[in-house]
Amino acid sequence: MNALFFWLFSGGMIVCALAVILNRNAVASALCFTFSIVFMSGLFVMLNAFFLAAVQILVTAGAVMVLFLFIIMLLDLVAMEHMPRQKVWMGCTLVLALGFLLLVAKTLHATPEGFITQNSLKTSDHRLVVKPQVRADGTTVDIVLSQNDWDKYDDTHRIGRLLFSTVPGKTSYVAPFEITSLLILVATIGVIVLCKQEERPRPRSREEITREAPPVEPKEKALKT
Amino acid sequence: MEITLNHYLAVAAVLFAIGLMGVIMRRNILIIYMSIEMMLQAANLTFVAFSRFNNQLDGQVFVFFVITVAAAEVAVGLALIVALYRLKRTTQIQDLTTLKF
Repeated sequence: MNALFFWLFSGGMIVCALAVILNRNAVASALCFTFSIVFMSGLFVMLNAFFLAAVQILVTAGAVMVLFLFIIMLLDLVAMEHMPRQKVWMGCTLVLALGFLLLVAKTLHATPEGFITQNSLKTSDHRLVVKPQVRADGTTVDIVLSQNDWDKYDDTHRIGRLLFSTVPGKTSYVAPFEITSLLILVATIGVIVLCKQEERPRPRSREEITREAPPVEPKEKALKT
Repeated sequence: MEITLNHYLAVAAVLFAIGLMGVIMRRNILIIYMSIEMMLQAANLTFVAFSRFNNQLDGQVFVFFVITVAAAEVAVGLALIVALYRLKRTTQIQDLTTLKF
């Protein structure tokens, strides 16, 4: 059953990815990419990464691809669909990709099979199991959760704990998280600056024109020109 | 037949190779951009597979960051493409030879 779904999702993902690069129509490519991402979310679910599967669909398949489609439709790309394919160049890239895959295949062949066990997550990592608790007298103590407690958490809860835990001496992801928010702010400002049009002179109303320059006599106008 | 870590790694490698082919083969700058995204997603799949294999969540946190940065990158990149299109009226890379020596 597991194997069936794996082949279904991965096969769909690969076929859609191939359709992305072989399609001449950019809109069709974008849609194929969306489907490829949806199939990949299926693989994420099979790897017990439920939170990431949801994020992948929401962010990549939803927001990013909508942005892509928006730009494809904003720029008129119809004219480029009739360019001749370059067969030799395509063959060269295929050879390159196959060489890369051969390299990976040899590496994977040399490594032992990594069986994915159904073990629960390790609790040897103390970042994950510390839970601050406030006592009656106002002091806080760290309580180490048992493996049982940890197993009860769902995926999102665990990632949230790992992301925001600040245990001294352990790797913490709080600073990267904040820096990412800064990055998004910078990206937003950058996009606005890049896309800002040069300010065009706004069409003036009749009153403004007459106030600035009173209508000239026909004779004077003729002299000027 | 049991699905092992190697299966996931192989699928991710195939996806990466397809993205690489797209970057080199295609002439449309938007498709190239999509292919770059595809390579990022292939790396994400590897991260999640290893995270599951090692039973540790750090890989998934990394994927979370990669998705965030990729989204920001797409926004900036598409803005650049729009600015380029305003300037040159094209999205084909063979027409963009200003920096060619």
